[in-house]
Amino acid sequence: MVKNSLRVVVLAYLAMLLVIPVSIVVYHAFNAGIGPVIDALTTPAALHAFQITAVVTFYAVLANTVFGVVTALLLVRYRFPGKRILNALIDLPLAVSPVIVGLALVLVYGRTTGTGRALADVGINIIFSIPGMVIATVFVCIPLVVRAVAPVLEEIGDEQEQAAATLGAGGWQTFRRITLPAIRGALAYGVVLALARSLGEYGAIAVVSGRLVGRTQTVTLFVQERYQNFDQRAAYASAVVLVVTAIVALLISRALRPKELVR
Amino acid sequence: MSIKVNRVNKTFGEFVALDDVTVDIPAGSLTALLGPSGGGKSTLLRVIAGLEKPDSGLVEIEGREANHLPVQERGVGFVFQHYAAFKHLTVARNVAFGLEIRKRPKAEIKKRVAELLELVHLENFAHRYPSQLSGGQRQRMALARALAVEPAVLLLDEPFGALDAQVRKELRIWLRKLHEEVHVTTVFVTHDQEEAMEVADSIVVMANGKVEQIGSPDDLYDKPANDFVMSFLGPVTKLGGQLVRPHDLELFTVPEQDTVAATVERVTRLGFEVRVDLNVNGRAGPEGGPDEVWAQVTRGTAEQFALEPGKTVHIRRAPDRLVQPARSA
Repeated sequence: MVKNSLRVVVLAYLAMLLVIPVSIVVYHAFNAGIGPVIDALTTPAALHAFQITAVVTFYAVLANTVFGVVTALLLVRYRFPGKRILNALIDLPLAVSPVIVGLALVLVYGRTTGTGRALADVGINIIFSIPGMVIATVFVCIPLVVRAVAPVLEEIGDEQEQAAATLGAGGWQTFRRITLPAIRGALAYGVVLALARSLGEYGAIAVVSGRLVGRTQTVTLFVQERYQNFDQRAAYASAVVLVVTAIVALLISRALRPKELVR
Repeated sequence: MSIKVNRVNKTFGEFVALDDVTVDIPAGSLTALLGPSGGGKSTLLRVIAGLEKPDSGLVEIEGREANHLPVQERGVGFVFQHYAAFKHLTVARNVAFGLEIRKRPKAEIKKRVAELLELVHLENFAHRYPSQLSGGQRQRMALARALAVEPAVLLLDEPFGALDAQVRKELRIWLRKLHEEVHVTTVFVTHDQEEAMEVADSIVVMANGKVEQIGSPDDLYDKPANDFVMSFLGPVTKLGGQLVRPHDLELFTVPEQDTVAATVERVTRLGFEVRVDLNVNGRAGPEGGPDEVWAQVTRGTAEQFALEPGKTVHIRRAPDRLVQPARSA
């Protein structure tokens, strides 16, 4: 009885918050058939938004993968002063609102600041352009790869790495031949999570990008802008694309997760 | 290939792991580092391998100063207690690892791996993964992997510690035989005195980061340097405040020179041997209670004396077997 009533409560909760809203978005996108959806998704503005999202996501995930593995190795394999602080800082992006992250970046790199002007003088624009959007996305995703990889590094221990060293393998050879294969599953899981998070980022991007249509507009910004301009077809259609991509990413992460983390 | 460790010190924070340790390990020997856990033996092995840096002192391998050589260049084979198997590689690839790092020709690697797998009796397991092997098989694979690069010295850190008793016994004998075949200078760490006595031709006894005694198994058993070594290697009991081997107690039915009277408390048959617990009459033991001694006799002796609880016997240390420490600990 308890089990059944709990089940009803949880299902109702999920239905109210997740299933019904998403279904309605899908319904509104497709209620005039597939033709208008394709049309809405192939306008120059929509295509450009997808392209910007792809570029920002690619660099953000790349940076987070490298940074995440290096940081996890540092945290698990080495002892150094300030380790506990670094460990706590890694989780900061989970607690700080992305909008604040965006504002902070504008304060540091905006045109009105010394740093921003100096960079602009040598032709590097951070704010209102792709680099700033990548930095904002990287910041928001920082914990994801580190927290996926670190427990697995902890679990496998360093004996295999020491064994490789006694057999003559240098640091890079040991990493590539021993450590990387051992964390492969966890790393893929973290990367997929970072990918899904990057695709959906809105708050930090909204502040940093300046929402310049046709220049710095990502898909999430595009959805918001189209919705406010009463082009609901385009808003719903691109929202569905984001949802489907995220679901596929999460399904992939599900498939990767059990091997490393559940065992 | 000889190993020389000269006045090595190593601390971990407050903990002194190695305290002025000097050990000479001759080429081709099979040496055990024996002692209670936390005694510094594993640290010493890891210092020799280059996995730990000593705070001070000198390590020489083959007469070459090794302190500044990174672990990759010391030419040591290292076997870990928990195997450290490369889980994502097959048995053959595990064994080939060191040769692949050295970029040896493929044909040579293949030939060498086949030889080694035959040496460790794993020729039928080449394409399995470590998770498909038993503990004993994994450890043999780890040995083959360490031997593949033809190390100057082979170092084993509690190699049989994680295995069950039966497999441990088999592997001991096997390691002894392997050493006779391969002749590489071998050092292994163990806290099991029986294992050290059975396998090694030289034993370094360590406790609290210090070397207590170095010698052959017979030397350590018959001429222990102190009470610690005597009680760590082989059984001991106390008679009149002095350590005695229980099999070196002589029993008489009537008083003889230097004997004391004792009452039999319990007789336990352990196959051929009989353990006799005795209570020395009228003497208080270290904790104020009765002075308890145990003797190890053969079954024949037990029957000859008709030993049973309550019977009085006269005991003394056998005069021709004066095993006692050279100095008190």
